[in-house]
Amino acid sequence: MNTPALLQVSAVSKRFGGLAALEDVSLSVGRGEIYGLIGPNGAGKTTLFNCMTGLYELSAGRIHLDGAPLHGRKPHHIVEAGLARTFQNIRLFANMTALENVMVGRHPRTRAGVLGAVLRTPGARAEEAAIRNRARELMEYVGLKNKGRTLAGHLSYGDQRRLEIARALATEPRLLALDEPVAGMNPTERRQMSELFLRLRAGGLTLLLIEHDVKLVMDLCDRVAVLDYGRKIAEGEPALVQRDAAVIAAYLGGDAA
Amino acid sequence: MRARPRLAYVLLALLLIALPFLVGAGLGNSWVRVLDFVLLYVLLALGLNIVVGYAGLLDLGFIAFYAIGAYVYALLASPHFGLHLPFWAILPLSMAAAGLFGVLLGTPTLRLRGDYLAIVTLGFHEIIRIFLNNLNAPYNLTNGPQGINLIDPIQISGHALNRPLELFGFLVPSTYLYYYVFLAFTLLIMGVAIRLQDSRIGRAWAALREDEVAAAAMGVNTRNVKLLAFAMGAAFAGLAGGLFASFQGFISPESFSLWESFLVLCMIVLGGMGNIPGVILGAILLIGIPEALRHLGDLQRAALGQVVLDPADLRMLLFGLALVLMMIYRPAGLLPSRVRKRELAAQDGVAEQEQASLYDSKA
Repeated sequence: MNTPALLQVSAVSKRFGGLAALEDVSLSVGRGEIYGLIGPNGAGKTTLFNCMTGLYELSAGRIHLDGAPLHGRKPHHIVEAGLARTFQNIRLFANMTALENVMVGRHPRTRAGVLGAVLRTPGARAEEAAIRNRARELMEYVGLKNKGRTLAGHLSYGDQRRLEIARALATEPRLLALDEPVAGMNPTERRQMSELFLRLRAGGLTLLLIEHDVKLVMDLCDRVAVLDYGRKIAEGEPALVQRDAAVIAAYLGGDAA
Repeated sequence: MRARPRLAYVLLALLLIALPFLVGAGLGNSWVRVLDFVLLYVLLALGLNIVVGYAGLLDLGFIAFYAIGAYVYALLASPHFGLHLPFWAILPLSMAAAGLFGVLLGTPTLRLRGDYLAIVTLGFHEIIRIFLNNLNAPYNLTNGPQGINLIDPIQISGHALNRPLELFGFLVPSTYLYYYVFLAFTLLIMGVAIRLQDSRIGRAWAALREDEVAAAAMGVNTRNVKLLAFAMGAAFAGLAGGLFASFQGFISPESFSLWESFLVLCMIVLGGMGNIPGVILGAILLIGIPEALRHLGDLQRAALGQVVLDPADLRMLLFGLALVLMMIYRPAGLLPSRVRKRELAAQDGVAEQEQASLYDSKA
């Protein structure tokens, strides 16, 4: 390969006791790609996300972001390295305001400590103002302009998904991993979300997407990988993968012809 | 619009300055001593509020840090070792020692939350108390159950605060002087607590309280932030402990019973967790009301010729009743923080959070 991939997942396995949730999974996501990760429920997609973001320890294998190892590192180091994520089951800070949620996302890119906060040094005050401004910009960017004061837990479902994305963007990622970002949304909201994803990509971000919505995946993704029972059974352009016998078998069950 | 709050601050400041004289004249000088204790407990409650209210770590052994602060003061300013360091040198040491022990307690308990953390902190409290009680042999460090006596009072520009100060022909009693010293420290710590709450660190604590996994996934170093909460809270308690030792002149392990830990926790629960005015109200009520009840004994003796209801029993009874009523009518506390109020009111909200077991990496 001429240009090394942004994300390189090499032979990753994750076992929970006797259960192999991921078995020897390798994939690589190139810069500026929208990469889809699909597969039936329980295939190990979210497990792979958790391995990438340091919530799980790998049983075997390696993960690199832009050449730097992510395996064995702590979640906050991985965010600092430039990989941010959202959660399938939405994990916002429900009792903080929407704006505060996004402000938390600025944590890894800011420095102010106890002394700065207590003494309100000029540096700390400037930083605090910058955090607030950036958070406001991001709220507007994802379409939550006037919702800053609402408690995150009181936002509508679709807005909560958007807010999670804004919060992840606040960490200045190079790769944004989205775990079923349009689940439970209506067609209009889905269209808005795909527009948002395209805008993000146009801004230079690489997206890794777990999604069940076949149409969305077909429309958006440059490449997809299919997981089934913890193994990668196919990878390639969406149109090709869709016709893959093993993929059809995995989704429809039974023997592949 | 701007003049109004400024006027309110001036009035509040005047009230705080005049308070011991008002209380002393109205209720008697013994009540100024109660006022001093209220301030000490406000300090403690502000410290515990950082751990429990901000960061959401249930700590039932908080008084252990108070004890450590008090003993550091006592050992460095009493005839026990013949050391008599000035208070401004010792108080930072009290805070540092307590903060260090906060980290010591925090480190092994990083993975624990809720009930489990509560049990470990409970144990930690007992360990400290038992150590203080038994460290009189083989080497006499703490003087065991007898405690340490004749602790130096705070001295400011040559005047020891345990003696009345003659000012313009008036004698200002010792308890009044301590009131002003405690007030200064309380206001200082309150400012620190308010500024911390509304900062990058405060948001990281809140994120930790709300969802530890999501906080980590947003780049919060959960280990450091937790240890910082433990250390800060403990340091505040250490300061209160040092002030207590100098004020009282005598400390023993008995001063630091588990009951005190619960009392401080009750203050922040009653007043409103995470909310500084609530925490202060909690401390005032839980120190003031029991003192007031003490006088019920005298009233009974005067009216009935004997004590029918022991005020000490009544105290516990009312305490229990108050907590039960609170849980029913004001579960978020008397002056709840904006967040807690909404949190307890909202039955809807986000989807059920993923299980905490998701977080299986090393903490």
